This record gives sequence, C-alpha cells and structure tokens, in this order.
Amino acid sequence: MEGTKEPMTEATSAAPVRAHDGNGEFIKFAEVSKRFGSNVVLDDLSFSVGAGERVTLIGPSGSGKTTILRMLMTLLRPDSGTISVNGEYLFHEERGGQLVTASESHIRRVRSKITMVFQQFNLFPNMRVLRNVTEAPVHVLGKPKDEAAERAKELLALVGLGEKLDAYPSQLSGGQQQRVAIARALAVDPDVLLLDEVTSALDPELAAEVLDVLRDIAKTTDVTMLLVTHAMKFARDVSHRVLMFNQGKIIEDRPPEEMFNEPRHERTQSFLRSVIDET
Amino acid sequence: MNWDWDYVGSMMPDLLDGLWTALLATIFGFLLALVLGLVFAILRRSKTAWIRVPIGFIVEFIRGTPLLVQLFFLFFVLPDFGVQLSPLASGIVGLGVHYATYTSEVYRAGIDGVPAGQWEAATALNLPARRTWTSVVLPQAVPRSLPALSNYLIALFKDVPQLVAITVAEPFTVARGIFADSFRPFEAITMAGVLYLVTAFVLSYLGRIVERRYGTVRV
Ligand SMILES: Nc1ncnc2c1ncn2[C@@H]1O[C@H](COP(=O)(O)OP(=O)(O)OP(=O)(O)O)[C@@H](O)[C@H]1O
Ligand SMILES: [Mg+2]
Repeated sequence: MEGTKEPMTEATSAAPVRAHDGNGEFIKFAEVSKRFGSNVVLDDLSFSVGAGERVTLIGPSGSGKTTILRMLMTLLRPDSGTISVNGEYLFHEERGGQLVTASESHIRRVRSKITMVFQQFNLFPNMRVLRNVTEAPVHVLGKPKDEAAERAKELLALVGLGEKLDAYPSQLSGGQQQRVAIARALAVDPDVLLLDEVTSALDPELAAEVLDVLRDIAKTTDVTMLLVTHAMKFARDVSHRVLMFNQGKIIEDRPPEEMFNEPRHERTQSFLRSVIDET
Repeated sequence: MNWDWDYVGSMMPDLLDGLWTALLATIFGFLLALVLGLVFAILRRSKTAWIRVPIGFIVEFIRGTPLLVQLFFLFFVLPDFGVQLSPLASGIVGLGVHYATYTSEVYRAGIDGVPAGQWEAATALNLPARRTWTSVVLPQAVPRSLPALSNYLIALFKDVPQLVAITVAEPFTVARGIFADSFRPFEAITMAGVLYLVTAFVLSYLGRIVERRYGTVRV
C-alpha cells in the first residue's frame, strides 16, 4: 500500500504531514468575484486554507457557499480573481511570462487532487457499488484492476458497506449511497475533499451514520476538507476553522469553539440561532 | 379479377429474393443510422463551435430534404464526381444518413435526460471526456432511447420501397418486373405489400424484445 493517506493508519488528527507551501495557503482564493446576471454572489473574496486543515463554511442561504466549492471543483469559473491549489493556479497558467487562461489539460492536472461529495450523492446508477469506486482509480489514475478493487473493498468496509459490493445504487438507502460516494471520493487519493451539505437529503438517522464516517475520516487522515453543513455539532467536532459568510463576504473566521460559543457578529448570532442542529 | 394462386406460387421465389434485399438495406441502413446518429449527437454537444455549428447545419439540412432527393443525388449525381455506388449501396447510405438525423435527435433527448449531477460527478472524479461518455452518459442515455429507436427501425423499413427509384431489387421493383411480363399487377403488388406488412410486424415484435431486455434504466 503506497501513499500517506491510508484512512486507517495512525491518527494524525490536526497535524498536516504533507509538505505544503508553508504559508497555510494550500488553497488560496485571491480577489475572486462571481456574479450570475446582476446577482453578485462573491465580491472580491480572498481567503486561504492550509494543508490538512478542515474548514466549515456557514452562512445563510444564497451567501455563496456552494459557489465557492463548485469553483474549486472547476464546475464554475470565477469572473475575476485567481484560485490556486498547492501553489498552482486552477484556471490560469503561465505561458511566456504571462498569466493566461488555463488549457483543459492544465485544469485536469491541478484538479486531479481535488474531489467532491454532493448533496444528491450522484452515484453512477448504471454501475454496481464496487465499480463506482474503482472507475476513477482504474481509468484516471491507471491503477491495475485488482489493486483498485482491493483498495475499493477496504474503503467500502471503512464506510460500513463491505457487504454491498455487488448492489446497484438504486438498491441502497440514501445514507448507504452517500457512504459509497464518500468511498468513491477517497479512492482517488484526494488532497482536498469538498463536502456540500452531504447529509441534507437524508433522514436524521441516516445522516448520523454518514457524519460518523466523516468524523472517522477526519480523525484518521490528513486530507484537507472544505465543508458546508448545517450539522453544527459535527462542524464543531471536525473543523479547525469556521468561516461565516454573508452576501459573498466572510464576516467571521474563527475556531469552532469561539465561533459557536461567542459569535461576535450580530449576523452570525442570528444565523446560529436559526440553524436547527441535525446531530 | 380472380386471384391466381399458381401464379402467386411461381413469383414467390423472386419476391423473397427481393425481401432479402430489402432486409439487407434495412439492417445495414439502420446500423449506419445508429452509429452516425450517435456521432452527430455527440458532436452537436461539442464545446468547439467550429464542430457544433456545421454539424448542426448538416443534420438540419439532411432532415429537411426528402429521402428521394438524397437517393437520386447519391445514385445519379455522385458518379459525376467519380463516386460510383451500386444501387443497394446507394440505398444503404441514403437510408442510413437520412435516418441518422432522426436517431441523433433521439440520442440527444436521451443524453439530455442524464442529470447534470452525473456530469459533475465525472468531473469530480476527473474522468476524461471520452470515458465520461462511454461509461457514464451513454450507458444511461441509450437504454432510454431504445423505444424511439425501434420505431425508426420500422419507419426506415417502410421507406425501403423508395429504393425503387434507384433500381434496387426490393419486392416492389421485383413485382413491377413480374407484371410487366404478365400484365397482372394484382397478385404481384398485393404479395409485395403483404411481405412488407408481415416483416414490419416481425420487426416491431423484435424491437419490443430488445426494449424489454436492454431498455431498463436504473435510477
Ligand atoms: N447556476 C446559477 N445560475 C444563476 N444563479 C445562481 C446559480 N448558482 C447559484 N446562483 C445564485 O447564487 C447565489 C449563491 O448561491 P449558492 O448556491 O452559492 O448559495 P449557498 O450559500 O450554497 O446557499 P444554500 O445554503 O441555499 O445552499 C444564490 O443567490 C443563487 O441563487
Ligand atoms: Mg449551497
């Protein structure tokens, strides 16, 4: 087994073990703006996330949390500003000393260490569980089939689905599907894992089993996580930092205990009061 | 006018040869329509306008002109440009290209029916475009398309008599040869029609079997 990120290795907790640029800027948004028509969603947003850091994005509906994650996943392009990951621009590359729009192959290369789990799971319904998890390792990373299958079985066992390898997604509960999606994401050995309200489509009991799996992953890996969630207890347990968004700007950026115990901003206080804790 | 069974019996071998020709035109024409239609559908979703727009124009143009005109063009005009196809080959190409413009619409609807989340998941896994098509999108889009595709198989088959115009020896061409000698069109035309009817019936039955076997979509 290669790599530093076996989910079941020794607990490394918060300590980032992978080399990064040293400035806590593994992911960096610089003056990013995004608008849809006349709706300015992000306005000159700058922030960064260190390697191995787990950061929760909170804020009212429409404040731009999903937009940020989707831009990091390259599902959306910023209108202006730059996003970089591990020192490399996501949407730009240097050519002849100039910063130009990145080619598809540049984007593919930088994106290869980023993956995302979606609210609606988005498993491939035409593939059995095992192949959902091995598809990318085999056809993107070029792993041999049997090696990819071994690893996929480990990951599926880790999320408690070692018995469901041959099921189709439609034969699983929502919670099970989401756990497969998490295994599928981990199978590509990501440095960055994006989680957008991954339990919002689930009943509370099913949400709890998914959150337990994520807690486990947070405890046992050093993958950098950006998460959007309304499960505040979970956010408090796993994150190093919480960013409070309002109208496309960060209005508060603090460790979870502080953020949840003594929110400074009036907007944060009212937001936190309004959130129903799912866990 | 009385029906002459002996006369019918004597013409059947030739008519059945004609039916065989019609089936060849149908099978190969439809295979061409299936493959080319898929190519059209995929190219029409290309990110490159240089590909998407001309292909769209070509597809609309072909769909907007009568099959008969296309057959004439293939068989009578192309030889002037140095391309000489046999009647049957012209028929297969004509039917295949014409019906590809219909099947491409069917595929397009099937592809549009694949949720955006599937494409997004493929991006999140960094699957290359080709792999996204072959292992994620088409396996979901094609089964949805089967019922409409099998309707076009029948429609294509029923357009085979148009190949009379380019001298392909399908049943009506054969029938015409027969009554030109005997001056009795009744039996010949009727039997050619019956052969088409029975075959269309069998084809639609086969189409339903294929749909039932492969047309299930897991959601
Ligand atoms: N594809 C789109 N087209 C037009 N407007 C969009 C699009 N995607 C998002 N928006 C708008 O951008 C704003 C921010 O949306 P975003 O999904 O990022 O918010 P969010 O913070 O994730 O909200 P929620 O908590 O409801 O998920 C919203 O006003 C939304 O309507
Ligand atoms: Mg959102």
